Amino acid sequence: MLALREEVMHMGTPLIEIRNLRVYFSVRRSLFSKRIHVKAVDGIDLSIEHGEVVTLVGESGCGKTTLGKAIAGLVKPTGGDILFEGRSIFSMDRRSYLEYRRSVQIVHQDPYASLNPTKTVFQTLAPPLRRWGLARSRVELEERVAKLLELVGLTPAEEFLNKYPHQLSGGQRQRVVIARAISVNPKLVVADEPITMIDVSLRLGILDLMLELRQRLRTAYLFVTHDFGAARYFSAKGGGRIAVMYLGKIVEIGPAEDVIRDPLHPYTRVLLSAVPLPDPEVSRKKRPIQLKSLDIPSPLNPPPGCKFHTRCPFEVDVCSREEPPLTEVRLGHYVACWLYTKK
Amino acid sequence: MSKDSLHSLLSIEDLRVVHQSGRGFVKAVDGVSLNVFRGEVLGIVGESGSGKSTLAHTVLRILPPPAQVLGGSITFNGIDILRIPENEFRKFRWRKLAMVPQTALNALNPTMKIAEHFLETARFHGIKDRGQVMEKASKLLEFLGLEPSRVLSSYPHELSGGMRQRVLIALSLLLDPELLILDEPTTALDVLTQRFILDLLKDIKAKLNLTMIFITHDIAIIADLADRVAVMYAGKIVEVGNVYTVFKNAKHPYSQALIKSVPSLVDKLDDMKPIPGSPPDLVNPPPGCRFHPRCSFTMDICRKEEPPMIEADKGCFVACWLYVKR
Repeated sequence: MLALREEVMHMGTPLIEIRNLRVYFSVRRSLFSKRIHVKAVDGIDLSIEHGEVVTLVGESGCGKTTLGKAIAGLVKPTGGDILFEGRSIFSMDRRSYLEYRRSVQIVHQDPYASLNPTKTVFQTLAPPLRRWGLARSRVELEERVAKLLELVGLTPAEEFLNKYPHQLSGGQRQRVVIARAISVNPKLVVADEPITMIDVSLRLGILDLMLELRQRLRTAYLFVTHDFGAARYFSAKGGGRIAVMYLGKIVEIGPAEDVIRDPLHPYTRVLLSAVPLPDPEVSRKKRPIQLKSLDIPSPLNPPPGCKFHTRCPFEVDVCSREEPPLTEVRLGHYVACWLYTKK
Repeated sequence: MSKDSLHSLLSIEDLRVVHQSGRGFVKAVDGVSLNVFRGEVLGIVGESGSGKSTLAHTVLRILPPPAQVLGGSITFNGIDILRIPENEFRKFRWRKLAMVPQTALNALNPTMKIAEHFLETARFHGIKDRGQVMEKASKLLEFLGLEPSRVLSSYPHELSGGMRQRVLIALSLLLDPELLILDEPTTALDVLTQRFILDLLKDIKAKLNLTMIFITHDIAIIADLADRVAVMYAGKIVEVGNVYTVFKNAKHPYSQALIKSVPSLVDKLDDMKPIPGSPPDLVNPPPGCRFHPRCSFTMDICRKEEPPMIEADKGCFVACWLYVKR
């Protein structure tokens, strides 16, 4: 009942809305040189609805992890705004801010590094429940932890409660990390490359688990990955969107299968044409689109205009001068490229 | 397979290698037989812990000390390279068999310029003519799409991951080896750099007629590049065959499941699924077929006896009781 009322209350208001978000890191080349900025996230607008699945995909250094961290409140933005259920997280009172922090949880890439090796599974899962008052008695606590383990497929729960991380496989560890993230009833889970360090045969199992939890708990996901196959699987199965990032910008965003089957931005097209496929006949017939340059420009000194123009095989005159706006080309499918936008 | 071994450049026979751990011996490679034919790219695919890297390290005799070869033989050009003394094997390593390792950053010495890496490798193998080495290095780097003068005078940290990986490929080719072993050479790279390296390897293969063993966990790369594929699971080879045949009609339930477990860009979403269970503990591997606890076709015999490797199709070998006539 309560959940339903909450839902009605927030109808129309996105769960997360970010406006012109910028995250710059200041670096110094040497002790005496001037500080310069790395624009990890450089003017991003994005909204995530309640229960929605959004996947951020891009090469290393494109800013996808930084964007995820900023949304989870782990990195302070340089500019722009992040609204949580319609309210800016930078002007919230303490109570609302804590509520936001509880509502947005993060799952990191490395399940070996994100669990304390000296704590058992129970000792890992119990403190957040106590901290947020989700279990009042010892009995209730044990019940909740057992229920969580069942939810993430670690059954029978008693077998796992007293195990230490080193006694678990990579896949099991990541399940514990996911259990910890969902334990406090978050509304959004930022999953940063959650399957990269997991055995190949178990990867889809982790993605399926996350989608199943979404069905039950109505959690929204921001899935961060470099792997287009995984991005498609997760977003398409979850009926969600894929956003492609390049040098701190979203260059294309749209419904998952639309972006994969009919990519618009030259960068997305180049990337998708380069991915090898698990079928020799199809993979060898693919003709990768050639780039003008293989190397990504330094984020310390990004090119003017469209940041991709130095590598783009379809560059036109305006590209090096002006930055293209993100424009809706098809229903819900946006692209930032002068090929699709009339000047 | 003895007939095949006549045509093969490298022939591995019943190889067994263990690692020592606190809990006992890890049977990393357990009875592997494999032929690598002249001029082919053999892809070895398997999950982490399947023994694929150990296999490569054994061929080059660079196993880390607690590991031991318990038995079997590796024949290269008719010579059993496991049984010759180390000082004689040095004539093979790098000159005949070279390797491109997994992590490009760790494989290069951070205090040495790239040029020195080439010079040292050559010096170690008795080539002292600096000019000749530099000329060869420049040629190789240029072939790999790098700017020789800039790269040779750089330190490893000044190069991008893709450039370092290409430097390692150039280094491995310095002494014109006959067999190149590539251990996950593109795993840490971005999609576009990976594509560039894969196309480069196809080029190298065509131009230098090199024999290659390509080790990876990514079956899509195998589909893209290899002529034949060997699927490894828990220290054993479960299936070997022509890449087109195996991908079209995989015989072993593990190969079938592995192909389906990769999220692809074209297949239907419902056709992809994970493999249930997890890879076995290699200190105490399951009896019988090692895949039986995760297999959906398990029969009684699978739990008791190890399946023999049989030729299921022409040139396609599989170790599974489903194909053994009894």
